[in-house]
Amino acid sequence: MNSEHLLLIEPLLGGLLCGFLPKVRLRRMVLVLFALGHFALTLVCVAKGSDAHPGNLIGLDALSLLFLLIVSGLFLPASIATVRYLSQQEEKVSSRTLFSRESIFTGSLLLFLFAMTLAILSRHIGLFWMAVEGTTLASAPLICYHRSPQTLEAAWKYLLICSVGIAMALVGNIALMVAAAFDPALEGLSLGFTNLLQHAGQLQPVWVKISFVFFLVGYGTKMGLVPMHTWLPDAHSEAPSPVSALLSGALLNCAFLGIIRGNMLLGAVGQERFGQELLLFFGLSSMLVAGMFIIRQTGYKRMLAYSSVEHMGILAVALACGASFGGMYHALNHSLAKGALFLTAGVILSRYRTKNIDEVTGILKTRPIIGTLWILGFLAICGVPPFSVFGSEFMIMTGLATSGNWVALGLMLLALGLVFVGMAALMPRMAYGTPPATLPEAAPAKPVDWILPALLLGMSLLLGLWIPEPIHHLIQSAALQIGNG
Amino acid sequence: MITQLLTAAILLLTLQMLGSARLGRLIHAVALQAGAMILLGLFSVPEWPNWHEGLLIAVTAGLKCAVFPFLLFRALRETVVHREVEPLIGYARSLFIGLILLGSGLWVANRLPLPPGGIEPFQLAIALTTMGAGFVLIVGRVKAITQTIGYLVLENGIGMLGFALAAGSPLFIELGVLLDIFVGVFVMGIMMLDINREFDHMDTDKLSELRDV
Repeated sequence: MNSEHLLLIEPLLGGLLCGFLPKVRLRRMVLVLFALGHFALTLVCVAKGSDAHPGNLIGLDALSLLFLLIVSGLFLPASIATVRYLSQQEEKVSSRTLFSRESIFTGSLLLFLFAMTLAILSRHIGLFWMAVEGTTLASAPLICYHRSPQTLEAAWKYLLICSVGIAMALVGNIALMVAAAFDPALEGLSLGFTNLLQHAGQLQPVWVKISFVFFLVGYGTKMGLVPMHTWLPDAHSEAPSPVSALLSGALLNCAFLGIIRGNMLLGAVGQERFGQELLLFFGLSSMLVAGMFIIRQTGYKRMLAYSSVEHMGILAVALACGASFGGMYHALNHSLAKGALFLTAGVILSRYRTKNIDEVTGILKTRPIIGTLWILGFLAICGVPPFSVFGSEFMIMTGLATSGNWVALGLMLLALGLVFVGMAALMPRMAYGTPPATLPEAAPAKPVDWILPALLLGMSLLLGLWIPEPIHHLIQSAALQIGNG
Repeated sequence: MITQLLTAAILLLTLQMLGSARLGRLIHAVALQAGAMILLGLFSVPEWPNWHEGLLIAVTAGLKCAVFPFLLFRALRETVVHREVEPLIGYARSLFIGLILLGSGLWVANRLPLPPGGIEPFQLAIALTTMGAGFVLIVGRVKAITQTIGYLVLENGIGMLGFALAAGSPLFIELGVLLDIFVGVFVMGIMMLDINREFDHMDTDKLSELRDV
């Protein structure tokens, strides 16, 4: 048993435990403790560095280390925020009995972590696919925690659209099997990522291209690329805010990992141009459509969700233009900033009891620190220096310029401008002004409300000013892995 | 010979589902089609599956041909008042789309390089048609239960594609299909009941509270 196995067993055990524990306080403690344990294990793995044996089904390469750090690092604050969220809900939802809604919720949360960890660790296309499927299964109960008509609608759309997406990804897997079936020398080849890359020369290129298209559509659905993104705004706005933070900052990245792996294989068979064009198309259309929907948005959680669509588009563009370092750096930066914003949005929602932008004014007066964080978060997500999103977006645009793709660069600037204008018109307005007269009774504020988002934003600021050596190394080796194929 | 008959049966069931107006008949057809798909897989693999694969195939067959029809019929009894399909895309138009799908499937299948091992292009074409029909049922029908059935049709198509193309590793496809099914039916089934309880209906075209513009 090594640390990779522990990384998987730990959240699985915690999830099952949470499902069966009858005591509320104990269950919440288990949630946070297991999140902490997972993070500690992740740090141990990061310190140890990558070791992936080609024959193994699971293992950590440079890419998985970076994504593992993002997921686990975001899960810890989200789990603490979840405990805070649940303690505010007590009167509404029964939480005491065995198999209560809350025990299923906390259990699903840890199983969700398990599925994401499995997706990141898997070294086999089939295992990766199953893990991504598992994330859908584990996160659907998280979205409809409240069983209101809206949450059910969101969860139904999420399940149906993501299941169809995952079915498309299965077709991608089948296409890869076919690609390996042409050369008799490959008979019985295990479809591990390393194996496939090593034997790329013997694969049938047309079928590798077909598989990439299906991976892009299938995992792209999960990642929220336009036009397969339609589940995303609903799920993100209806889910409890810590869950939205996880969906946006952790889950979308896991799906992106699948597209990265498919793209590496495409490069190995010498078809990178095909992948670049597709990625550029999906990436730019995601950014532009997200920009248009942000401009006319009325709900602030929906607005953040569309911003996630935009940033996933940026990641796809980064992969297309070969700005691997910028892309990996951006994945990290987006998760930090978006995690902070969703957690802040959760506090705003619990104070104002509305998701409508128009009904929220004067956050700076009602909750000064939260209002400040909201404005800082706006600056961070829009890529205003010195926040780190600026640095990574700049690198990606430089990548577009050096590859000579001026049209794409122009469109990306246009989309970034649209998003900035849209968010600038909506977000600061909520912080300034006088609070509405009909403001509901204030629940007691706790420091944990602002400490968590402030920590995440602080890290985004720090990364913008200076990337510490270990993190730089982590991003660099992940980018090198993508570049080398 | 028998594989050709089974393939033809799958195609006919696909077309029947596109034109069918009764929910009960739709459930029967999707279960029958799953049976035909699994038999086709058994007849087209080069050697008889070992006990491990055999067990998985048996479980899949049991789920697809017995458990899911049962669950779907129960959902039908408990939740659906009108047993009509209620199409957004009419039956004739659906059938026409099916024919177009078949035509384009044949065109694609004849142009693709196929791996050695006796795979017929028309099987690939029919698998693609069935997948497409699944999409039509998901997009073009009102009720949540029809969308679930459409998803199962999509699964049948993918299962046939996997058997027809990648006969070498049925185990892995089966695992995938099983897992897919769990989401597809158990979770969707539970949710259908929930939606029904909250809204007093299962018509997804009325699930339109969440949207932009």
